[in-house]
Amino acid sequence: MEINEKMIRQIIADVLKDFQLEEGAPQATKEVEIREGNLTLKEKGVAGVGTKRDEVVIALAPAFGKYQTKTIVNIPHDQVLREVIAGIEEEGLDFRIIRVTKSSDVAFVAHEAAKLSGSGIGIGIQSKGTTVIHQKDLAPLSNLELFPQAPLLDLETYRAIGKNAAKYAKGESPNPVPVRNDQMARPKFQAKAALLHIKETEHVVPNAKSVELEAIFS
Amino acid sequence: MKSKRFQVLAERDVNKDGFVAEWPEVGLIAMNSPNDPEPSIKIENGIVVELDGVKREDFDMIDQFIADYAINVENAERVMAMDSQELAKMLVDVNVSREEIISLTTAMTPAKIVEVVSQLNVVEMMMALQKTRARKTPSNQCHVTNVKDHPVQIAADAAEAAIRGFDEQETTVGIVRYAPFNALAILVGSQVGRGGVLTQCAVEEATELLLGMRGLTAYAETVSVYGTEPVFVDGDDTPWSKAFLASAYASRGLKMRFTSGTGAEVQMGYAEGKSMLYLEAKCIYITKGAGVQGLQNGSISCIGVPGAVPSGIRAVLAENLITTMLDMEVASGNDQTFSHSPIRRTARTLMQMLPGTDFIFSGYSATPNYDNMFAGSNFDADDYDDYNVIQRDLKVDGGLRPVLEEEVVAIRNKAARVLQAVFEELGLPAITDEEVEAATYAHGSKDMPNRNVVEDLKAAQEMMERGITGVDIIKALSKKGYDDIAERLLNLMKQRVSGDYLHTSAILDADFNVISAVNDVNDYAGPGTGYRMSEERWEEIKNIPNALRPEDIQ
Repeated sequence: MEINEKMIRQIIADVLKDFQLEEGAPQATKEVEIREGNLTLKEKGVAGVGTKRDEVVIALAPAFGKYQTKTIVNIPHDQVLREVIAGIEEEGLDFRIIRVTKSSDVAFVAHEAAKLSGSGIGIGIQSKGTTVIHQKDLAPLSNLELFPQAPLLDLETYRAIGKNAAKYAKGESPNPVPVRNDQMARPKFQAKAALLHIKETEHVVPNAKSVELEAIFS
Repeated sequence: MKSKRFQVLAERDVNKDGFVAEWPEVGLIAMNSPNDPEPSIKIENGIVVELDGVKREDFDMIDQFIADYAINVENAERVMAMDSQELAKMLVDVNVSREEIISLTTAMTPAKIVEVVSQLNVVEMMMALQKTRARKTPSNQCHVTNVKDHPVQIAADAAEAAIRGFDEQETTVGIVRYAPFNALAILVGSQVGRGGVLTQCAVEEATELLLGMRGLTAYAETVSVYGTEPVFVDGDDTPWSKAFLASAYASRGLKMRFTSGTGAEVQMGYAEGKSMLYLEAKCIYITKGAGVQGLQNGSISCIGVPGAVPSGIRAVLAENLITTMLDMEVASGNDQTFSHSPIRRTARTLMQMLPGTDFIFSGYSATPNYDNMFAGSNFDADDYDDYNVIQRDLKVDGGLRPVLEEEVVAIRNKAARVLQAVFEELGLPAITDEEVEAATYAHGSKDMPNRNVVEDLKAAQEMMERGITGVDIIKALSKKGYDDIAERLLNLMKQRVSGDYLHTSAILDADFNVISAVNDVNDYAGPGTGYRMSEERWEEIKNIPNALRPEDIQ
């Protein structure tokens, strides 16, 4: 791990915050910003490893919000992202967004997020909506929570996913977001899922470094 | 004006299914893609230097693995020169023995074997499958899961599934961290139902191996292989790493098989324009090359993909057939929801049920489908009576038996009570009498009380940290007065010392005798040969409880 001034400052800030908590100072709760309008994802160079322990990294699969704009059940990507962010902020944590292009596999996308996250917790979202909450110390194909049936994911669930990821980042053991199951999602949606995933995978660039994104809602 | 007839048709179940047109450029085609290679082989000094049109220097890792380990090089040039249609005729000819077929098929390349089976219609494929499956006696496997990961329900469902006739049972999780409890519950529950049922817990590969080594499972199946290099690499794997994992199981005396299926590569976006069946054939060869005894295939979790394109369900039957042609056990799919239409569901399953396979379903849902955590199976607990009647109508052995309500209630209750005792003895979060009662009579998890999930997950993690093994469970059972079940578990653990159930297509009977392709060889050679139902078994299938009996009518 690279030790630099920024990291040392962060550690000091964290320690001071812990002291304040012990002294019973009120914990700062973050305002959930109201985000409306269309989403623009501005690329800001190669994404690095975060130093803030109170952040959750959201990793978007190669086509999310760029070449594709809605999930398999036509939920707009900007709304998905807005809810995940709101879930994280509700718990008083920060978020960072990155674009992963070296893989379209949601497990690896989420694991990349976790590896770059200062808290070690990341969320990976595919364009079709499939989502994973991951932790950096887990095997790539393991996870904290997996939401494999994209057609069942609604905005409420995305918010709950953001919230739970933030709770893991705070070292809590939250109740997992309730598992949903629709056995008929496959016959109805699998072929469409294949088409969407083929199109996402066309944008994979092997070995590409992940890119830091700024989400602008306007 | 709208046609009223078309209006009715539009609302039929079949029209809720997704269908797509072929797109060969990306491999969205079941069989015979224009990009599939022509069969070819060149051998120099016993080494394959060309495989299906690719020269050795251009091999990717899959080609190399297949060329070096999966093809009987001695016979290869002779068999490759034979006409594919003639070979296809031999497959369905009752006068050509299985042994002779295997000597030919194991010397073919993937493109050749695909060319041979492509000559067959589905009836001919079924005839071939009846002859080439490894074990003479057909069998069946089920899924035992629920949306709450409720261990008491898992134990009760496993016990019921055992008396209904399933020889293998598979669980998985809603929440990964529940895995140790699910493995424990299905193990104990199944043995209460019948000694000798084999159980597994499908989770991430390292965890699955650990559960097996701890004696919490009796076999493994979720070791996936793929037909193109990028899909393998996406999973951080190679054919060699999978073979290594297979040998890890073998070294502990644990039965295992690989998993693959048509549609996986195109689903993952890396089919390289090849047909689903051709890529699946490569997976089957990787399995053969790794020295693994069997394979679960039949599209499996990707069934919605071949199911959506023309001739897709025929391709699924063809992949089962190729597995048996390479002399391996086949657990032949039927384990995932594939259609809203009961007519399509049945037609799809008859392909394996009529000829019989080593496991007709690699996961018949032993719960209602809403509880099936493999995202639903083609048949579920609500279809039990339909299935039993199909066996009776056609005099076909599908591996299940009709049961009485009283016996089901009794065995579910016992399984729940036994698990309650094991939890108590191992210091796991208590199972209440209310939970035992609910599991005894439950249809599914909607009838079960909720558990304290956070407490369960903590205890499940601690159970692994404490190093609890199968032996601890045996001790706990014995201490709590369940010596009968303790003995069954002990006999199951002994298998991994004797190793007999590592033979191809092995299952255990209630006396823990191994029934496999070694001592129950499929010797089908036309009418009157091969598997024929015993009188005893036929009586069992005939006697569905709801049939009117002449003697009962005045």
